[in-house]
Amino acid sequence: MSIRSTILTQVEQVANEQNRKLATLTDDVVLMDTGLDSLCFAILVARLEDALGFDPFSSADDTNYPVTMGDFIKFYEDAAQ
Amino acid sequence: MLDCLSGAPDGAPRSLYGAEFTVDLNDLALRSALGADPRALRSRSLLIHTRDALSAAVALVELDGAARRIVLCPPGIAPDYLPAIATTAEVDGVLCGAEDTLAGLEGLPKIVIDPATLAKPRAPRADAVPTEWILLTSGTSGVPKLVVHTLGTLAGAIASTGPLAGPLVWSTFYDIRRYGGLQILLRALIGGGSLVLTDASEAIDEFLARAARAGVTHITGTPSHWRRALMGSAVHGLAPRYARMSGEIADQAIIDRLRACYPRARVAHAFASTEAGVGFEVDDGLEGFPQELVGRAGTAIELKVEQDTLRIRSPRTGLRYLGAGAAPLQDEDGFVDTGDVVELRGGRYYFVGRRGGIINVGGLKVHPEEVEAVINRHPQVRMSLVKARKNPITGSLVVAEVVPVSGLPERPLGAGAEHLKTEILDLCRAALAPYKVPASIRIVSAIDVTPSGKLTRVEA
Repeated sequence: MSIRSTILTQVEQVANEQNRKLATLTDDVVLMDTGLDSLCFAILVARLEDALGFDPFSSADDTNYPVTMGDFIKFYEDAAQ
Repeated sequence: MLDCLSGAPDGAPRSLYGAEFTVDLNDLALRSALGADPRALRSRSLLIHTRDALSAAVALVELDGAARRIVLCPPGIAPDYLPAIATTAEVDGVLCGAEDTLAGLEGLPKIVIDPATLAKPRAPRADAVPTEWILLTSGTSGVPKLVVHTLGTLAGAIASTGPLAGPLVWSTFYDIRRYGGLQILLRALIGGGSLVLTDASEAIDEFLARAARAGVTHITGTPSHWRRALMGSAVHGLAPRYARMSGEIADQAIIDRLRACYPRARVAHAFASTEAGVGFEVDDGLEGFPQELVGRAGTAIELKVEQDTLRIRSPRTGLRYLGAGAAPLQDEDGFVDTGDVVELRGGRYYFVGRRGGIINVGGLKVHPEEVEAVINRHPQVRMSLVKARKNPITGSLVVAEVVPVSGLPERPLGAGAEHLKTEILDLCRAALAPYKVPASIRIVSAIDVTPSGKLTRVEA
């Protein structure tokens, strides 16, 4: 499974567990407008660490955190390189 | 304490049952197991460092009233800590077995204690000296603190209970060298009963089988001890009249399970700690304790709640910590802060956790114990441990490990385990705020318990 599809699957699962209504997940959508709150993101990052074996938030040198969904996916894809 | 040994209420024989042999208390009243004349020990500070609990129990009987100070070493204490403990307590001799080597205490004279051979007739005793009893706290890290007690502070809860009718055979999952176990040793000795002692090398079911053979009537342990015992079968071989939990929060699930296991027993949970002594006991079958216990005036045991933690003032608390520069054990008014956070709901106080054990999820506080209490309600759950997982967004997340009733599932990732996880999460979501719900649950075959019978917690 690609990093993109892993992320999108986990986003849907976390939203479902937390009873959150998800926005349509285009690359342009701002993370804060996805329908997920910070607890959801915290859980998402933990799940992705389990699934992918890394956590770019803890290891990233730069502090340019992702703003949009596209940034978020690219953040993980870059860290995987 | 020697005076307490002879004579059971009904003249029955009384014994201390160790894992390997048994000491007859009537014999111990007449003959000594000590390799020294007790009359020469009056000014001594002696460390009791024996391999087995039975030797330590006999040493306590021999030395109370004979030595100035006794320091009780729990099993498994790190040898690295012994020199510091010996220095702080001004130890000038060690009670141990003939074969024992004393790593870290080599320079100190050795006094042999051998309960297998009660050889020497007791010499007439000189006047008893007031003996200080030094107990070690079961802290998670660093050198244990040394808490000063006397037989009076330790036995305070026993006098008020009074003797009970019929043969009394006590047992406890605790080692008698720790506060919880020592309470039971003293109850057995002072109250006229016998005691079945645990041995660290013995499996829990073997110990319970031995307790059953001795006809145990009263038995105590931590909720974790009991959860582990209830995973085995030997627990059903006992028919105690009294079963008690202390040392950790007794949640409703473990109270209900213990009552179901022993329908004829009085099942109680007590609050006690090395520093605060025995506070109170509750036996109404409900978790927590009635609000009326707090703030009562004119009682021997006074409770108050300040900054959310329970404070106790009573004649049973430790007197002080030993050592220059040690923090005061009591506040200016004589209250001991237990560090246990309580919450008042509907006329009852509930324990929610330890002040130092809070998990911080994005600024919101979670006590692991409150989450465990919800998880433990699931009928397929035997034990659980909730802890923090580091997280870059919220600082921490709550995660859980769970031991199912039937032990390890054949395939940990099988459908049964997934189904159980889903049900536990549903239970948590119904009862807890979202940030308290575990972000992940791991099904495990066992959860570590410390030598003092409590869940092993890493400071959150």
